Amino acid sequence: MGGLQKKKYERGSVTNYITRNKARKKLQLSLPDFRRLCILKGIYPHEPKHKKKVNKGSTAPRTFYLLKDIRFLLHEPIVGKFRDYKVFVRKLKKAYGKTEWTAVERLKENKPAYKLDHIVKERYPSFIDALRDIDDSLCMCFLFSTFARTGKCHVQTIQLCRRLTVEWMNYVIASRALRKVFISIKGIYYQAEVMGQLVTWLVPYQFSHDHPTDVDYRVMATFTELYTTLLGFINFRLYQSLNLVYPPKLDIKAESELKEEDDEDYAMNSESYLEKLSALSTSLARMVSTAEEEETELDKFPVEEEDLEKMEAREKEQKEQETQKKLFEGLKVFLNREVPRESLAFLIRCFGGEVSWDKSVCIGSTYEVTDETITHQIVDRPNVDKQYINRYYIQPQWVYDCVNAKILLPVEDYFLGVTLPPHLSPFVEEKEGDYVPPEKLKIMALQRGEKPANEQEEEEEEEEEEDDEEEEEDENEEEEDADEEVEEKNLKKMEEQRSQGKSLPVKVTAGKVKVDNPARLEQEEKAEEKRLAIMMMKKKEKYLYDKIMFGKKRKIREANKLTAKRKAHDDAEKSKKKAKK
Amino acid sequence: MFPRVTFDPGCSHALPLTPDVPTCSVMEESSSSTRRSEQEEEMEKQTEKTVKKRSKEEEEEEEEVFTFNKKCTEEEEDLSDSEDSVFSGLEDSGSDSEDDEEDEEEEEGSADEKAQNAEYLKVEPEQTPQIKEEEEKKKGAVTEGEEEKQEDEYQHDSSDEEDIRNTVGNIPMEWYKDFPHIGYNLDGKKIYKPIRNKDELDDFLDKMEDPDYWRTVHDKQTGSDIVLSDEQVELVNRLQRGQFGDVNFNEYQPQVEFFSQDVMLHPVTNRPADKRSFIPSLIEKEKVSKLVHAIKMGWIKPRRTEDASRGRYYDLWANEDSSILARHKMHLPAPKAPLPGHQESYNPPPEYLFTDEEHALWEQQDASDRKLPFVPRKFSSLRQVPAFPRFLHERFERCLDLYLCPRQRKMRVNVNPEDLIPKLPKPKDLQPFPTTQSLVYRGHSGLVRSISVSPSGQWLASGSDDGSVRFWEVRSSRCMRTVPVGGAVKSIAWNPNPLVCLLAVAQGSVVLILSPSLADRQVILSTERLLSGQREAESVEEAGPVKWSDVEGEELSQGIRLKIQHPKAVHQVTWHAKGDYLASVMPDHSSHLQVFIHQVSRRRSQNPFRKNKGLVQCVSFHPVRPYFFVGTQRSVRIYNLVKQEMTKKLQANSKWISSMAVHPGGDHVICGSYDCRLSWFDLDLSTKPYKMLRHHKKAVRGVAYHRLYPLFASASDDGSVIVCHGTVYSDLLQNPLIVPVKVLRGHVITHDLGVLDVTFHPTQPWIFSSGADGTIRLFT
Repeated sequence: MGGLQKKKYERGSVTNYITRNKARKKLQLSLPDFRRLCILKGIYPHEPKHKKKVNKGSTAPRTFYLLKDIRFLLHEPIVGKFRDYKVFVRKLKKAYGKTEWTAVERLKENKPAYKLDHIVKERYPSFIDALRDIDDSLCMCFLFSTFARTGKCHVQTIQLCRRLTVEWMNYVIASRALRKVFISIKGIYYQAEVMGQLVTWLVPYQFSHDHPTDVDYRVMATFTELYTTLLGFINFRLYQSLNLVYPPKLDIKAESELKEEDDEDYAMNSESYLEKLSALSTSLARMVSTAEEEETELDKFPVEEEDLEKMEAREKEQKEQETQKKLFEGLKVFLNREVPRESLAFLIRCFGGEVSWDKSVCIGSTYEVTDETITHQIVDRPNVDKQYINRYYIQPQWVYDCVNAKILLPVEDYFLGVTLPPHLSPFVEEKEGDYVPPEKLKIMALQRGEKPANEQEEEEEEEEEEDDEEEEEDENEEEEDADEEVEEKNLKKMEEQRSQGKSLPVKVTAGKVKVDNPARLEQEEKAEEKRLAIMMMKKKEKYLYDKIMFGKKRKIREANKLTAKRKAHDDAEKSKKKAKK
Repeated sequence: MFPRVTFDPGCSHALPLTPDVPTCSVMEESSSSTRRSEQEEEMEKQTEKTVKKRSKEEEEEEEEVFTFNKKCTEEEEDLSDSEDSVFSGLEDSGSDSEDDEEDEEEEEGSADEKAQNAEYLKVEPEQTPQIKEEEEKKKGAVTEGEEEKQEDEYQHDSSDEEDIRNTVGNIPMEWYKDFPHIGYNLDGKKIYKPIRNKDELDDFLDKMEDPDYWRTVHDKQTGSDIVLSDEQVELVNRLQRGQFGDVNFNEYQPQVEFFSQDVMLHPVTNRPADKRSFIPSLIEKEKVSKLVHAIKMGWIKPRRTEDASRGRYYDLWANEDSSILARHKMHLPAPKAPLPGHQESYNPPPEYLFTDEEHALWEQQDASDRKLPFVPRKFSSLRQVPAFPRFLHERFERCLDLYLCPRQRKMRVNVNPEDLIPKLPKPKDLQPFPTTQSLVYRGHSGLVRSISVSPSGQWLASGSDDGSVRFWEVRSSRCMRTVPVGGAVKSIAWNPNPLVCLLAVAQGSVVLILSPSLADRQVILSTERLLSGQREAESVEEAGPVKWSDVEGEELSQGIRLKIQHPKAVHQVTWHAKGDYLASVMPDHSSHLQVFIHQVSRRRSQNPFRKNKGLVQCVSFHPVRPYFFVGTQRSVRIYNLVKQEMTKKLQANSKWISSMAVHPGGDHVICGSYDCRLSWFDLDLSTKPYKMLRHHKKAVRGVAYHRLYPLFASASDDGSVIVCHGTVYSDLLQNPLIVPVKVLRGHVITHDLGVLDVTFHPTQPWIFSSGADGTIRLFT
């Protein structure tokens, strides 16, 4: 019995973790400061593998941070700034209490401030890292830029968010990076491909928010602080990569044009500049005024055969993208005042179209309604008083659907007063066995270049036929099943009678010739084989297998449910139509 | 700095400047107007008072004292600044009037109104002291109210050098009530009261006759009556109406902005600067020194220069050096927010919308259980889409997730389920094995507990709960014989020796040895010989717990030859492969008398165990070697009968062993248990099961090996018999191959019991099973 007794919980995984309260004490910070620090530095709790061991035998719910993380926070210069701020607040309070207004003023001038540049650099050592993590910052900035200029947060923050989002949108337009867009009930989702990274963000609709009470704005403000810094640096870098001037400037030509028109309407030049930028109707000034971007063609390397296919696929994809980028080129669109201007202008400009709106809606309109060369006018009202013959009057969904379909869809479905086809999410990628809405199939057919005309009825008929076939099959199966059942019953009856000792009425009936379907037999055999093999699985694998199969079955069930629902709906529609006729 | 001076438009001020020079005094509109209104009020009061006073005088002289007194006090209260002017004599001095005149002139600001002024001048001497009083009072107010005045005004200030005829000063005049004089003039002579002999009647007569009575005013300072002129009456009337005294005064003249943003050449006043403005302030010095000290001590920091770099962006990633360490390996990036599906669309396909039931379900569910955090909605056009009410919440929750949610790396299993299925040889390649049900043996009325096939494979014996043993011909499913034994048959076993035709039957506490005589003569003879050999040994038999007895009478004719009486109920009987020894099991917790081994040829029994090692479930002989397998509740013990010791103990890893079978090779054992398992032991490998098969859904009742083919089968309460292929290799390094090949169904489950016993045909790949439904089935 030699040696010291080993104490419990002094080695092993316990030493890697620290509870939140302990961490807070170690850093000597109040909870709000600790929270802010965690947000800014991107420190988050970790779930230990063996919670009970780490929790020293207790099973109480606790959050654990990695001890390394907390140690890493110890050396953060911002912690010192937090403490300075605390002191500042205390001094300010004292000065107020003593009504020493000069002191108050002086203190306010010397309010401690901190910069987050080094944190951004530390969290995202390379630019691509930062780009990868930009989704949340975009969402947050777009949200903050829609806030009213009163109340919930500093006006400067809101203005900064607005500026950054406008810069971002301008970049996306300039680089034509937008790929997908989706109008949801929450807001509008956009997805852009920036330097090979897919960036998705959500923009809320332009309504005032009713600020809920159970939302802590301090947390959101802290996040926004970080996000604005990050987004600013990213914007700078992106503008640089496109040779654009960084605080963005309008093209000189465009600027002069705009100036002529609107200078009287907008009082402050500084304000109106952002407005003009946010109008998104003009291109930006470039550092080096190159006439046009020269398309660099990839050099072709001699490749092996395996890669050849890949290369071809990639080239094809690239070509597709190029065509998508020029989707709206040559279109001249006019936005009516009731449609969401910013979103549509952004979209149309992203794909090379020209766009304008009524002068009174926003600064930066480039042509009037009366312009004869307008090809499309986007309208979201039941009817329009004065219609020009040489342009289409379409609903806004057309633009969004075109972007997602990567082709110009036929405009007939989107005319005024027409019931719109469903708007589908471009983010869903159906795998095999998933439910695919018929509208998507239709669009896919269009993309393949199939003829869109008189498709509907044919399809319906086809569908019906298919359904009938299926039904027939089902019936056949059922019949067979029924046959078997009948036989079984007969047998059972006989058995019963026999067991009861009754003498059977001996009778020979002409037997039916049972036609064995060889294919089916084979199938059955295979199924049995599989069943038997499954019996031999190990316990662990069996569990996993069962789980996977359960998931698969559930998926199939859901798909079936959706199909059934759709069918019921279509039937109801059809019967309605018939009733009308 | 120009001194900020307010002037009252109600009275006149002389400015030394000519009107064409831009004036630099300001009339503050608001203050002047308020002051104006104040003075108007005062004037009104004054006039009212005088009028009142007069009427009072008329009434009573005695009261006059009181009223005077009162009035004076009132005056003191109201017009404290114009005290001295009250006592200024009846007539105004010339200088005073001039002063006024000048003021007027200044106010008009134009020379061409001199005519009017002349008129005014004419009127001036006739003005009653009352009015003078008003004027002076106004001026007094001004002089008192203003700190700084033009030089002129100081020069002509008449407040202390007024021409006073009565020098008594500001005293209540009632003090002179009893005197004939009312005061003294400047020379010190008495001023006598005018002779007043007017009584009430005179007064009345005056009132009636004198047309000017209404404009006669009593001056109490001099005691004389004064008749007001027309102008004066007019003035009184105007003041009563709240108008300015001066007819020509324009109260709405255009305002002159004296103080504007333009810097003027000249100061507003030329008052010399104070001395203190040239001397450094001590207080300031003290303050400055304090600040200096604070700065020296570092208490006050100099004003921070506005950081130009703040809010400026630059190329942060210009030099992507690796000096800043990337986060350590444990860093888990936050998962991206899930992308929206079709349900979230503002105009989703109709199948994604909720039906009423789904909506009700959604409402009922707890927020965490919901599949979708929102209800899909459909809008016919984009303009009808409202703001999403939970947008802020969702953003906030995302924030919380980012900094509060513990992160853990979870490996997602990405396997093709098909890969998980073990690759087994196809059953087709492992033929022969029984596949179809070919015969059903009916006849028993109770459940058939046990079956056994004769070594020749021609006969099948079955024992049932209906108290009978039946013999069937295998090929024809005909019941050849029925032997009633008078109780439920627990177990039945055919002697494996092909030269003997004997059957052991366990019924109650008796083991019966039956000779069914279903064989050719040779066999029957040898059987007889074996049984007769017993008789010889009969005498040797000692009295023990087991009693052997011969059967006589009817039972003998049935074929029952011997009865072995046991102390307790026998559950199982089994033969040794040679056919001479027979083992019987009487499960009992408490005693060591659980297993007996009988030798038929010598009619001898013995209990091999001295100790109770647990409840014995089943026993079996090793097919070739002198080993004896005893299956207790949880384990199988293997005894060497020659050495009389235990050689191995197999842990079955199951709760309750139900049955056991030994491979014809003797190196493998399978055990069925009531907890649905079948364990295969490789005796050379380990005492733990080589394989556990959980094929059955319910308790396994019986297991069996085929004697020739590599097959084994298990029967279970779920009504199925599973036939497995189990190849045993002679090579010790190769493990046995176990493949389930067929699930045989046919038995009907009655009273939760399915198949009770299973046995293979000795030569053919056929299998017999007996079930609780009273049937025996043959699968080929």
